Parts: sequence; C-alpha cells; structure tokens
Amino acid sequence: MSAPAPIYLDHAATTPMRAVARRAMLPWLSGVHGNPSGAHHQARAARRALDDARDQLAALLGCGPGDLVFTAGGTEADNLAVSGVAAVRAGRPVVCSAVEHHAVLEPVLHLGGVVAPVERSGQVDVAWLERELPADAALVSVMAANNEVGVCNDLPAVVEAVQRRTAGRAVVHTDAVAAFPWIDVREQVADVGLLSISAHKFGGPQGVGLLMVRPGIELRALLLGGGQERGRRSGTQNVAGIVAMAAAAQELAEHRPVAPGAGAAQRDRFVRMVRDGLDGVHETVPSGAPRVAGTAHLCFEGVVSEELLFLLDRAGVCASAASSCASGAIQLSHVLAAMGVSPALGAGAVRFTLGWTTTDEELDRAADAVVAAVHRLRRARPCG
Amino acid sequence: MVAMSGGVDSSVTAALCVDAGHEVVGVTLKLWGGHADRGCCSVADVDDARRVADQLGIDHHVFNYAAEFERHVVQPYLDAHREARTPNPCIECNRHIKFSLLHERAIALGFDAVATGHHARIVRRGDGVRRVARGVDPAKDQSYVLYMLDEVVLATTLLPVGAMTKHDVRRIAAERGLRTAAKADSQDVCFIAGRPGTAREVFLGERIALRPAAVLDAAGREVGAVDALELVTVGQRKGLGLAGGADPRYVLDVDPRRAVITVGERDALAAPTVVLEQWAPSTRPVQGGVLAQCSAHGDAHPGRLVGTTLYWDRPQRRVAPGQSVVFYDPAAPDEVLGGAIAGRAGPSPGEGAQPTGS
Repeated sequence: MSAPAPIYLDHAATTPMRAVARRAMLPWLSGVHGNPSGAHHQARAARRALDDARDQLAALLGCGPGDLVFTAGGTEADNLAVSGVAAVRAGRPVVCSAVEHHAVLEPVLHLGGVVAPVERSGQVDVAWLERELPADAALVSVMAANNEVGVCNDLPAVVEAVQRRTAGRAVVHTDAVAAFPWIDVREQVADVGLLSISAHKFGGPQGVGLLMVRPGIELRALLLGGGQERGRRSGTQNVAGIVAMAAAAQELAEHRPVAPGAGAAQRDRFVRMVRDGLDGVHETVPSGAPRVAGTAHLCFEGVVSEELLFLLDRAGVCASAASSCASGAIQLSHVLAAMGVSPALGAGAVRFTLGWTTTDEELDRAADAVVAAVHRLRRARPCG
Repeated sequence: MVAMSGGVDSSVTAALCVDAGHEVVGVTLKLWGGHADRGCCSVADVDDARRVADQLGIDHHVFNYAAEFERHVVQPYLDAHREARTPNPCIECNRHIKFSLLHERAIALGFDAVATGHHARIVRRGDGVRRVARGVDPAKDQSYVLYMLDEVVLATTLLPVGAMTKHDVRRIAAERGLRTAAKADSQDVCFIAGRPGTAREVFLGERIALRPAAVLDAAGREVGAVDALELVTVGQRKGLGLAGGADPRYVLDVDPRRAVITVGERDALAAPTVVLEQWAPSTRPVQGGVLAQCSAHGDAHPGRLVGTTLYWDRPQRRVAPGQSVVFYDPAAPDEVLGGAIAGRAGPSPGEGAQPTGS
C-alpha cells in the first residue's frame, strides 16, 4: 500500500512559505551583510532593506512606518501589546474576550485582568462592553478573527463601545494573526490602537511578526537592550525574516478579498461534500456570523476528535482540533467552552483550515477521507 | 499500538514489536498535570517517548485521557483515602484507562493489538484459555496489577518484556542506543510528584480534609495520636506517636467513622480471613484453593475462596481495606486466576470495648 499524497488542511497553524518570501530572504542568509543598526555601507544596506519592508507593511496595514514594531512572532506582539500598555497604565485593568489566543489570554490573566464574554457565535458580547466593561480599563483586546473557529468581530462596533464606556481612556488591541491572511483589515482597524500579525500564517517564515502601535500610545518594552524599534523592542532585527514577511504580505494583498467572509466558495464546497456524506455534522459557528474564508470548524456527533484526527493522519490528511497543549495532547478548547458548545459535541470538533496552496482536488480527497473515517468510527462505536 | 510512557520498558516493547515485523504506532497517554515537568505524563516523558519512536522509525501520537484519569483514578484514590482505605491507583488505571479506554480505541482505530511494557506474560493453556502470568524477572513482576484483564483483552494484548529480566531490557535499550536505556524506574504513584515521604501527605492535604485521630490499643486505652488518619494504613508501625520501649505495635484497624486507630502486637495483626469485593475479571469467577498475594511484591500464601471470603490456610497479616488480593493457581503458581479488593471486615477490633483509664 503506497501512502497517498498528503493533504494539508492546517494552514491556520502554519502555511507554506511563498516563493517570493523565500527569494526575498535568501540574500540575507548568505555572504556578508551588516547589522541594520550599524553605520558602514553594509549596515546601511541592511537598514535600507528593513526600511523598505517597513514602508511596505505600513502601507498594507494603513499606518505609518514608525508605528510598526518588529517582533519574533505573533505571541511576542500580543504580549508586548497587553503587558506593554498595562505597564504604563499601572493599576488599571486589562480586558480581553474569552476566546482570545493564549498569547493574549495568558498575559491578561497574569495581570489579573478581566475576561469579556462572547456570544454563541464566538463574537465578543458588544452589549457587555457597553454595560459591564470596567470604565477605567487600560486596554481591551479583541481579536479580528478567531484562530480556531474563524469568526470575525465587528471591530468598529467594538471600538465604539469601548470608547463610549471608558470615555476614550481605553486603548483597543486586536490580534489580527488569524484575520490578516484572509482579510484586508485596514478599514476594520482604522480606529484600533494596536494590532498584531505573524508572518508564518500568510506565507512568510516562522519567528517573525509585528505589532502596530498608533502614534501617541505609550508602551513599555518587554526586552531591554540596544533600543532598536524606537526603544520598544531591543535586539538586532531579523532582517531576512522581516523582508520575507513584507514580500509575503505584498503577494497576499494582491489576491486577498476585502470583506470578512468573502472568497469562501472553496471552503463551503468542502463542508457541503462532508455534510452530504454524513449525518450529524455541525458547523460550530452559526450561519450568519462572518467568518474568515479558510476555516471549516466542524463538530462530528458520536466521534472523538482525537480518533478522527488519528485516522485522517493515517490517510494523509492534516487537520487539527485547534487547541493543543505542550505535550501534543488535545484538550477541550476554551474557545468552544466560551461559545457554549456542549462538551459532548465539542469532543468531536475538528478544524480544517484552507490556505493559499489548497486545491479543489485536495478538498475532494479530504472530504472522502473524512466521510470514510467518520463512518468507520461510528461503526466501531455504535453507541458513540 | 504500543503504549509508550517514555520509560525503558515501553521503549523496548516498541522496539521488539518493530523487530517482530508489526506495523507499529506509539502512543503516549496524557493523564495528568498539564504543565508539571515531573511525575507521569510530563512533557519530558512525552519527549522521551517521541524521540524513541523517531529512533525506531514509527509514528507517535499523544492521547489525552486526563478527564477520564481524574474520574476513574484520581477521584477514587481520594475517596479511598477519605474512607481510610489503601487504594492502588495503578490497578484502577489499568482497569479503566490502559486496558479499557485505550484498548477500545486501538481496536476502533483498526489496530490488532495493544502492547505495553508491563513485566508480565500472557500464557495460553491447553484448553485455549489465556491467563496473565508472572514476568520472568521476579523483582519486577507486575502480574499483580493486571489481574483484571479478561479473555477478550488478553487476546489482543502483547507484553513482550515480561519474557525478560529488567537487566536484559536495559541491555537491549543500551545496545540500540535508546535514550531511555538508563532512565530511572517510575515512582509508585505517578500523579504524585515531589519529595518521597512527604509528597503523598502534601497531595492529599491539598485535596481532602485530614483529620487527627486517637491511637488505641486493643483494650481501648489511648496510647498515641496521629495528625492524619487518612494517611494511616493497616500494618503500619511507624508514625503513630507511640511511646518507645515496648514491643513494636502495628495498626490493626483504621476507623474513619470514630476517628480511631487500633494497634496491637505482631500476633494480633494476623487474621484468618479476608472479605473481598469488586471481583475481576467478572467473566471468570474463582472459588476453591488459591495462592493469594496481597501487595505488588508480597508473597503469595495458600487459602480457599468460599463465596466472597478468602480463608487462609494459616492466618496471614491483615490486609488493608482497598488493597487488591490477587489469586494465583496452586497448580500453576505463576498464573493469575483473578483478583478482588479487600473490604472492611466486620466490626473493628476495638469497637464495643469499654474505654478504660479515663
């Protein structure tokens, strides 16, 4: 039995590097090149490449080049936003939605912050923000799109509620790591104070990201040292990674739909094929709520996701249950719990995430594999 | 499917299964402790299992049974201590997790068998009946903790290291350069990590109320006191606050209802019978003459099972309620017939006696 060609449907975890990104970074990985903070001509060349990348990314995010702080990924950007703002607004609470990525949730909890509830859709409860948000909140972090289930928040409405409730004293941060590969976020985030993205989610390398910080928002650095990134993030910049991130973002922007939920035909077709072949399959995000186009989050009745993922893996299909702990074990996700998904249904939740390399042919085969695996598990466990 | 704990026995089990030509997948169970880097299912152990699987060229997966472990092993462990019983969590883990949930999953996923690194053998008798039998290495024999395995499970279980000594297991691991070759054996209770001696007390103290108790002699005289009745086991000799000098005295009974511990001299520790409950496997009831073993590495002594009572041929040291009693075949003393859990026998020795001296 020869192994079938693998089908990768875990692009929200990480997605293949784009050729333009690889090409952009290669010159910085060989031969002599300077430290961008230096003064000689090699250093100036590196600095120029860094500045070009910064200009490019600023344009794609709708901000000034000086508003960008390059980091070693989305987690660092999220931590810098939450902890960096909290440090200069000491004594005031930080708040985030209950379905944030752990990179936001953990620093908020560490600081003794407040967790805002979400609706059944996974969107933050805007009415709660209007009524219950601590009026002295320092920072409110609400993700642009959820990394597990893909639901998008209405960021202008969030900003409006936060500003009204706090009389403009709170700053809004958005983790746009999961949204940016699918949505031109510029319009959505026009009034957001801080924003995080991560390169490897859209075809750049792992270990590079950035935090956008609007002018006037003060931030205390997490890393102290040489004062790079205007004192907000010390450490020699990852020039190769940053130029590759800019190149990937540029190519992405040329193909990416603008509106949340647009461009989902491929995903919808996949979900339809799975549901045509199986009873008892539920989309976790209720219809009507806007989602990023690449995420199909499905709950399979009478199936344990660990077992389904095991069989899919054996069949060459890479998917995930979204929430993994350090050991690699699968745990019931905090996102599903916050959305009020029943533990019985959530136990059979699997996330399929499409990406820029996904083909219809792959999705045909993946749908067949899913249907076959679920049939097999339900046969083996007739009572669920 | 090989259950790989990250220890040397299951590492070699996986290697032997690969050698035997099986298509092998390694699985590590996450049972406890998300972040702790000690004790069982720590990240370090998962790393070891994964790297051994890499070395052997087999796939490795992690299955999360933390909720089931909590329900079937940890909570019953706490309940037992609350009732002053002496539980054996490894047996409950084998009963409910490894040879139940994991086994069922393996079969559902299309595997023919589950292999584990237990030091025990599976023998097939002339009549076709499979039994658990003692491992070849008497010092490492784990047949005691596998008595509950029934025919169906045994037919789809492999215990390859049961046929070799621990020394040979380590030698094979070393020869193959497995990173677990010199790894220390696992602790007694995998989910309790910490300094030996105090770890159990700390663990229980954080989870259940520990109550002080009076220590009485058989005549009902108060002769000592303990801080935590829940930590005292029948047969225990130390830590009872007894005056020195006298002949050693042993715990005969722990009565959680009255918060009383009864002690007596060695002779009084002997009992003619053990009342048993929770017989396993339920598919194979055992009656008549047996060799009965009451702890993982204790000796087996002859007795007769009549109804739910074990009658020793000669009185034996009292068995703490909650401990498993495992029956071996007198005609084939290495082979397990089944087992059960010691119950609380009749009224306590001290109960009903009039307290004196007060």
